[in-house]
Order: sequence, then structure tokens, then C-alpha cells
Amino acid sequence: MEKEIQLTAPVSTMEETNISLKRREKGEKAKKAVALTFVWIMLLVMYLPIMYLIVYSFTDAKVIGQWNGFNFDCYSTLFNGKNIYAKEIWEATWNTVWVAIVASLLSTVLGTAGAIGMHFLGKKFKTVFNFANEIPIVNAEIVMALSLVILFAFLGLPTSAFSLIIGHMVLTIPFVVINVQPKLEQMDPSLYEAAMDLGASRSGALFKVMIPDLMPGIFSGFMISMTLSLDDFVITEFTKPSEGTDFQTISTYVQGTLAKGSVPIQIRSFTTLIFLLIVAVMIGYTIVNNRKAKKI
Amino acid sequence: MEATKTLSRNQGKVHETRKWLCMPYGIFLILFIIFPILLIFYYAFSDPTTGLFTLKNFKSVFEGDSSVTTFKVIGQSLGVAALTTVICILIAYPIAYILANSKWNKNAVLVYLFLLPMWINFVIRTVATKQLLIFFGLDPAMHPWVCSIIGMVYNYLPFAILPLYNTMLKLDKSQIEAAADLGASPVQVFIKTIVPMTVPGIVSAATMTFMPTMSSYVITDALSGRTIKLIGGQIEHQFLHSQLNVGSVYAIIMLALIGLSVVFENFFSEKKKGGR
Repeated sequence: MEKEIQLTAPVSTMEETNISLKRREKGEKAKKAVALTFVWIMLLVMYLPIMYLIVYSFTDAKVIGQWNGFNFDCYSTLFNGKNIYAKEIWEATWNTVWVAIVASLLSTVLGTAGAIGMHFLGKKFKTVFNFANEIPIVNAEIVMALSLVILFAFLGLPTSAFSLIIGHMVLTIPFVVINVQPKLEQMDPSLYEAAMDLGASRSGALFKVMIPDLMPGIFSGFMISMTLSLDDFVITEFTKPSEGTDFQTISTYVQGTLAKGSVPIQIRSFTTLIFLLIVAVMIGYTIVNNRKAKKI
Repeated sequence: MEATKTLSRNQGKVHETRKWLCMPYGIFLILFIIFPILLIFYYAFSDPTTGLFTLKNFKSVFEGDSSVTTFKVIGQSLGVAALTTVICILIAYPIAYILANSKWNKNAVLVYLFLLPMWINFVIRTVATKQLLIFFGLDPAMHPWVCSIIGMVYNYLPFAILPLYNTMLKLDKSQIEAAADLGASPVQVFIKTIVPMTVPGIVSAATMTFMPTMSSYVITDALSGRTIKLIGGQIEHQFLHSQLNVGSVYAIIMLALIGLSVVFENFFSEKKKGGR
């Protein structure tokens, strides 16, 4: 660097700016390196617990952190129908999935209809509706959970699959509404009216003109509902069926075993597989998105 | 004239029918969201057996020795929530800034990578965090606060990154450049232009972390050896012992704290609007 400056001793102003620009560029590059290193280190930290679980899915030691030799016991027992833990895990998985799908579908239908209706309400009612819709978002999940338990106790009903679905709908509906609302604002109202003028029935205009317009919002509302429902613990613990066989979702099952002090080793292999599934979906989604972007 | 009249009447009818689409949701809101919250107040002020008005539920929470526990729980909840929020924002802020800077990060893949762990069940992630902390020699029973805060920050960091990232995408670059051209040092540029522009992001990141933290008793239970108790945990405890009336009192405390944070949040976002 010094040499360079000496060489250009009889400096013209042009060259001087060139050098300072180069220096600036170097500074930018260094900054970029530091910034990206920081981000990657943080990412590494974020993935460390999951990686740790994945590494120890290849040993059958009861406690994570002890290495009992490399083997696939966590995996083989996870797919062994006679293994009690495997049975419990798959049952909890099935419960988690069906509750999420049913609750999200119902939330999406009810929430989308609600958002459309609200859009055409007078200002006063709209404000009231929007306020009520905000309550579950702002309110603590545990307060909502307790209030639902009290409601069912008040009605003299035991908590059941019904209360569980209602609980998950309370959790997810507001997010459907706030995802559909911006699309309604962007919608061209004359399109719907034009369809009616051209002889479409009300439901025809609704399903063939309005709903397709709202589809991106409806879809993201559904996806957020699924994400929230699959991961939920608090509302599930409070509103899950209290009678009959022991009903568990993945969240409540793992929390239960954690409280007892021993999480089954199969949870490690289960998490590894779920992680791979998520990564695969993510990659697939990115590829499809990129293709779409290129087409446009 | 006649034709337009019927037309507008028809349109009015159309609007009428569309309005009714929100009826089912309206009923749902009243039945499962508003009415249950009112029931919490009824339960908190009534006797579990007779259903008559009483203050004994409040007394059992706020009288004598139990008041010490109650205030300790409130203090611990606020402490955990505040620490988690501040640390989350301090870490998330530079991450969001870097991710939103197109010079450094050309695509959104890195953002997705930060969000991806959220799709793994949070209870499982907490189990993994616990084991990892023990592996590093941090025993939750010995260091309840350090471990709990690490677990909370780990869980809520993506929720802080996302709103900050969204605000930073919309940063007015010309204003930053203007400040730099007019001779502001990088530190001045940061404090006087970038931070004020990102206040809405900071406020929503704080709300996204502060309020849910107080419900996340699963994390503190696992990572503090049950020494740190959150209000959420107290509610769960009452629920598990079928004490819905006393549980309602804790729920009201929680509602009061939420109300305060909403007022706080509005105060900051209003101030921002006024400043502009």
C-alpha cells in the first residue's frame, strides 16, 4: 500500500481520488466480511441445539451428551410398531397434524368470510369488529386458554376434541382475518359488480371473482394458522380432551416426558426426520418461487 | 332515473348480503373470545361452590405470605420478559440491519434460515437447549437465570428479527446518505437517522417478545429447575389443581400487565407519529 503511494508521488488529484476510492472499496469489503461473519455465527448458534440433537440421534445412550457408540437404534425403534415410545410419538404426531388441519381449515373459512363481511360494514361496526379481532393477538395465550376452560366448566361440559378445535381456532382466526384484509383493500370493487351486471349470481360472483382475488391472503392466513397450531402448547394443554384415553400432541407429550425427567431417545431421530422434511419443503418452495419469478 | 334508482337499490341489497358473511365470525368472537374473558372476571369475584360474590380468591393471592410469593412471581415475570426483550433486540437489530442491506445480502435465503428453526416444535427445541447447556457446563439448577434467559432469547429471536427486518427494508437510504454527506460520523448517522427510522420495528419487536414471554413457563420450568416462576406458570398450577377461581385472579393480574404494555406501546408509537 505504502509503495503504491510512493510510486504515485507526483500525484494528480485524479489518482488521489482513485486511491481513496480503492481504500473505501477495501473498507467496504472488510465491513461486509465482518457483517456476514456475524450473521453466520449467529445462525450457527441458532442451529446448535438442533445439530446437537441430530448428532446424538446416532447413538442409543439414554442421556444426550453420552456417546454409546454409533448405531441406528433411535431410528429402528422409532419405526418398530411394538416400541411403546414410538407408538406414543406417532399417535401424538397424528393428533398434532389432524388438529392443525381441521382447526386451520375452519379458521380459514370463518376468518375469510368474516373479513369479507367486515369490509362492507359501516365504519362503527368495522372498528368494533377489528378491536374484537385484535383481542386474541394482544392477549396472553394462557389467559385465552384459561377463559375457554372456564367457559366449558361454566356450561358443565368436559373439555373434548371440540374444545380443543375451538381453542386452536381462537388462536389462529385473527391471523387469517388480518392476512385477508389487505387483499380486500387492494381489490377492485367494480370487478365484483361487473360480474353481477353480466348476470353472475351472488355466490358465482363471490367464488369466481372475489375469492380468487383474495387467494394469496387466504393462503398465507392458512399457512400461519398451521404453523401456530402445530407448535402450540398452552391452549392445547388446557383445552385437550380430559376424558377417555390420554390425548397428547407432540408439544404436550414432550413436555410431559421432560417434566418426568426422561425424554425418549426416539424424539432425537423424530426431530432429525422433521428437520430434513422442513429443509426439503423449504428448498422445493424456493425453487418453485424462483421459477415463477423467472416466468414473470 | 327510475332505472338508476333500482340499480342503486340492487347494489344496496348486494352490500347487505355481503355484510352478513361476517355473522358467523361475529358469533364466534362473542361466544369464544369476549364472553369467556367476562367469565374470568365473574369467576375471580365469586365463590367456587356457591357462585356468590366474594373477595376470598383475591385474598388467597394477596394476603399474608401468599402476597410475598405473588409479588415475587410478578417481579420475576417482568424481569425475565424485560431481559429477554432487551437482549433479543440488541442481537436482532444488527442481524436485521445486515440482512436488509442489499449490498451485503442479495437474497432472502438467509432470512429464511433464521426463521426455519421455528418450524421445529418449541418444546423439543427447549429440550435440546437444556441438554446443550448442560454439555457446556451450564447446569439449569445452578444458573437458573442465565439458562432461562438463553432459552427465552433463543426461542424469541426470530420474532424480534422479522419486524425489524421488515422496517429496515423500507429504510430511506437517501436520508442516510445525506446525513453522511453532510459530515455526520457513522455513529451520528446511526443514532440520528437509522434508529429513529426503525422505532416502529423496535416497538413491534418488543411487543412480539415481551408479552408472550410471560406465558412461556415451559421454558423457565425446564431451564431453571422450576426456581423461576412466571405468572403463566401460576395459572397453569391453579388449572392443574382445578382452582379456576384463584386462577382467574392470576389471569386478571396478567390482563393488567398486558394492558399496561399496550398503553406503553401506544405511547411510543404515538410519540413517533407526533415527532414526524
